[in-house]
Amino acid sequence: MENFNYHRPASVDDAVKAAKAKPDAKYMSGGMTLIPTMKQGLASPSDIIDLGALKNAGVSLGSSLVIKAGTTHAEVAASADVKKAIPALAGLAANIGDPHVRHKGTIGGSIANNDPAADYPAACVGLGATIHTNARKIAADDFFTGMFSTALEDGEVVTAVEFPLPKKAGYAKFPNPASRYAMIGVFVADTAGGVRASVTGAGSGVFRAKDVEAALGNGFASASLNGVKVSAKDISSDLHASAEYRAHLITVMAKRAVDAAK
Amino acid sequence: MPAISMKVNGEAVCGDVEGRTLMVEFIREKLGLTGTHVGCDTSQCGACVVLVNGKAVKACTALAIAHDGAEVTTVEGLAKDGKMHPMQEAFRDNHGLQCGFCTPGMVIASIDMVNRLGKDLSEDTIRHELEGNICRCTGYHNIVAAVKAGAANM
Ligand SMILES: Cc1cc2nc3c(=O)[nH]c(=O)nc-3n(C[C@H](O)[C@H](O)[C@H](O)COP(=O)(O)OP(=O)(O)OC[C@H]3O[C@@H](n4cnc5c(N)ncnc54)[C@H](O)[C@@H]3O)c2cc1C
Ligand code: FES
Ligand code: FES
Repeated sequence: MENFNYHRPASVDDAVKAAKAKPDAKYMSGGMTLIPTMKQGLASPSDIIDLGALKNAGVSLGSSLVIKAGTTHAEVAASADVKKAIPALAGLAANIGDPHVRHKGTIGGSIANNDPAADYPAACVGLGATIHTNARKIAADDFFTGMFSTALEDGEVVTAVEFPLPKKAGYAKFPNPASRYAMIGVFVADTAGGVRASVTGAGSGVFRAKDVEAALGNGFASASLNGVKVSAKDISSDLHASAEYRAHLITVMAKRAVDAAK
Repeated sequence: MPAISMKVNGEAVCGDVEGRTLMVEFIREKLGLTGTHVGCDTSQCGACVVLVNGKAVKACTALAIAHDGAEVTTVEGLAKDGKMHPMQEAFRDNHGLQCGFCTPGMVIASIDMVNRLGKDLSEDTIRHELEGNICRCTGYHNIVAAVKAGAANM
């Protein structure tokens, strides 16, 4: 791994200043994606700006559920507020990677990274979350812009994710048995604004499954999905699964997510 | 090079590190504690797991410099007064290892599991919780038995 300058700012403002001063700088939260990527030589930032000293972790529950960006997957999984307000989200966090990954990895790092098979992007889009940054608030539908890309500008820091409270929500993933990332993960939510369903693991990034949403609009029950066939057209094929298999899994996982919804 | 200090297995230690020095490199190469292993370069195998401020983390995927001031426990820190930790003892009694390469990470991860979830662990829980620890020898069966027995004796 290439060497770099290490910074540990104590405030968001100082972090943004440090990032803006160095065009090849990278923020680090849990490091659970960044460090493996650097070890593989796929990233070699000149500067690492560690967000660990911001102590920006914790959950608050009011008319919405707000999770600060530095909250680890283990903390989200164990949070009484998350379990009460959106149990599907606590369950999702509890099944990211393994316990050691969950002790370090954070919600802010996960969504900023936007891995096409990551779990949190599905929850953000499925629940219609709002991403808070140092500069603005971005709707999840506009935040995830494609494989490993987001609407974040250079130097912009994710500070929190705000989830509106659904009537019911569920998540089901078919994990790749080796990496535990989603081969397909489907998040469904019955919300004040209608039914939302999002898919991760299928291709270039999280997306809303309109066929699934339309079918569940006729009744939020897995039987509504009988006969729904998702097109394999824009879905990826790789050594783990063909596009047709993944497309089939979308309906299967959507049904399981609806059955599990609380 | 910046200097960092930590408490490792109860002892104050310090050393100079580069930004890129991994926690596992600091532990193995600077401190000479080679019980913590490196089994992969993709952050997947768990051979490097140590307790940092009481929580299991992959030392191969943590920067030493980011853990200035941390309290660390490695497998060398488990035995007390020449007596193995109950989890180590259980791995021996249950034949929970063959080559032993994964064992330090397995034992630390298992202790972390008990610290979080208590002593009465079901087989399903143990298997789920060991997803981040890969063993190429045993087939896991005896590891699961060892964790169950070790947990009960902790
Ligand atoms: C073995 C293994 C298994 C895994 N399995 C899964 C899985 O099943 N599902 C899943 O979803 N993920 C999985 N992951 C990824 C894991 O969830 C990571 O925690 C996550 O992707 C990144 O979070 P982090 O806090 O570690 O971010 P980091 O690695 O620190 O950062 C990731 C990226 O985000 C940027 N960044 C970090 N924080 C911020 C911020 N606040 N604002 C702006 N940019 C920021 C960084 O610059 C970097 O580009 C796995 C990882 C490993 C190693
Ligand atoms: S050496 Fe394999 S996970 Fe750390
Ligand atoms: S005992 Fe050999 S890898 Fe587990």
